[in-house]
Amino acid sequence: MKVHIRDEGDERAIGLSGRWTLEHVADLEKIVARAAAPGAARATLDPGGIEALDLTGAWLLRAVEARLEAAGTAVRWAGDRPGQLAFIDEVIARQGEEVEEEEYRRRLVTLPLRTVGRLTLEARDTVLDHLSMFGAVLVVLGRALVRPHRFRLPSVVRHVFETGVTAIPIVALIAFLISVIVAYIGAQQLRQFGGEIFVVDLVTISVLRELGVLLTAIIVAGRSGSAFAAEIGVMKLNDEVDALRAIGMDPIEVLVVPRVLGLVVAMPLLTVLADAMGLAGGALLSWSLVDITFTQYLERVNEAIASTTFWVGIVKAPVFAVVIALVGTMRGMQVRGSSRELGRLTTVAVVQSIFLVILFDAVFAVIFMELDI
Amino acid sequence: MEPVIRVDGIVNRFGHQVVHDGLDLEVMPGEVFGIVGGSGSGKSVLLRTMLGLQLPISGTVEIEGRRVTGVSPRELLDVKRRYGVTFQHGALFTALTVAQNVELPLAEYYDIGQDTLRELAELKIRMVGLPLEAADKYPAQLSGGMTKRAALARALALDPVLLFLDEPTSGLDPISAAAFDRLVLYLQKSLKLTVVMITHDLDTIYRTCNRVGVIVEGKMISGTLDEIVRHEHPWIREYFHGERSRAVRARR
Repeated sequence: MKVHIRDEGDERAIGLSGRWTLEHVADLEKIVARAAAPGAARATLDPGGIEALDLTGAWLLRAVEARLEAAGTAVRWAGDRPGQLAFIDEVIARQGEEVEEEEYRRRLVTLPLRTVGRLTLEARDTVLDHLSMFGAVLVVLGRALVRPHRFRLPSVVRHVFETGVTAIPIVALIAFLISVIVAYIGAQQLRQFGGEIFVVDLVTISVLRELGVLLTAIIVAGRSGSAFAAEIGVMKLNDEVDALRAIGMDPIEVLVVPRVLGLVVAMPLLTVLADAMGLAGGALLSWSLVDITFTQYLERVNEAIASTTFWVGIVKAPVFAVVIALVGTMRGMQVRGSSRELGRLTTVAVVQSIFLVILFDAVFAVIFMELDI
Repeated sequence: MEPVIRVDGIVNRFGHQVVHDGLDLEVMPGEVFGIVGGSGSGKSVLLRTMLGLQLPISGTVEIEGRRVTGVSPRELLDVKRRYGVTFQHGALFTALTVAQNVELPLAEYYDIGQDTLRELAELKIRMVGLPLEAADKYPAQLSGGMTKRAALARALALDPVLLFLDEPTSGLDPISAAAFDRLVLYLQKSLKLTVVMITHDLDTIYRTCNRVGVIVEGKMISGTLDEIVRHEHPWIREYFHGERSRAVRARR
């Protein structure tokens, strides 16, 4: 029992007792609502029974008083008004420079207009940021091509290792499995026409032209695109990027270009690996499903592909590499302020680079069709 | 009177490096206790040990007579509600606004209605001298001094009896540092807090602390400010009588 409320006519006596502390805040909130119910002309607050009063309790006690007064009730204290309430009054009184009510209301009226304006300006800034970042990367890349000592070789090698060498197992496994699936489904369908031998053509052409490079790009976007965004994002949050600038080093040159170059080296190599594993998977399935021996398989592969088939696939790898590396590093550079930004932009980096890879792949398909290769 | 904190024979070692070698410390209610020591003397390790974030190799820590060392996480949680901490760089949650930072511990422990939650957070934010507009800002939008104050507001969220401050004035200009010291003293008196602070700032020590402990050679030498200033240990002499210290004392 922490409150005793007695209403006599328009006179209310409120006797408070028990522990008014943070632990009992849920009960106290209910008591406040009851004690501060409007309807009385005069109220007497008696805090005599209160055993413990902390700042939260004091705030709620003050809320009873304030709400009663706001409802037009004259509040009188039986005994002393607890000292903590005076402290809270003091804290609130110190905030004299608060925004005046009138001004606040005026600001509320213009709020929608200001929001639209702010969002428009933000959208414009985002577009400009993207463009200037892309331009800066091109400039540094161009400069690095003219003066090769600007290539930071150790850094490039590190990224070749991290994005390429460590990706070998997963790329190999996935390329193998996907070609097995393609061969399996292909063999089932082609058997209806008695054309099982064309399984080889199906696997070879699809793996070399599309699947090898596309799968590699998607895996790399997931692994390395996110890693780029997160690494650079944390450096941004840590002010490391500003520190680089202050030392006089260009973050684009130090952080972005080595990643782009590293990936441009690693991606084609990974694609060759994916192609080889894909062909191996095709060979295995052709042998076990359609009884094509390995020698026959190789002969058929040679007949199936044109001289350009392999290169049509591999030529896309460096382009995809640039797309993934640029998107990842650019998103990392945009991180500012909070850990949530970091997560959001890392996600954006992966989603956007996968989307762009597929978009570019479609563009390539159209170009190759027009060129008739 | 029972001490608020009793640290008894703490030993901390990392590999061969002995950080604390039987360190003792008692802090009485209502004190503002300053912990001083050279870089690498184990001030931060001591703080983490007192907070129960790190288990010492041997020795015990008690807060309000309740053990912090060697107890179950549940028991430790009860002790943790009794103290508030500010970390050196604020450690505000960057994804939350200032008000949400203050509301977080309250909402985690207690069943509070939304309105009361917000009101209590605003009270704490005003208590540390921040304008109410700061409540809906994100930590990245705050200046250094405001970050320290917001961190203090979060430390006070659970109405603690004990406040730990790690380098409360580092990175602040002298005027902001003095204002922050005044704020700590004001809150300490008004809320009857016990304050333990790690600091390098001699101005802060002279302004706020009534007792000081110095970590030397893995042990704590503590006493009133006057006693420590007159202490014979060479490091303490250098610290309180070096060039910087003379300048501070000359100003006073």
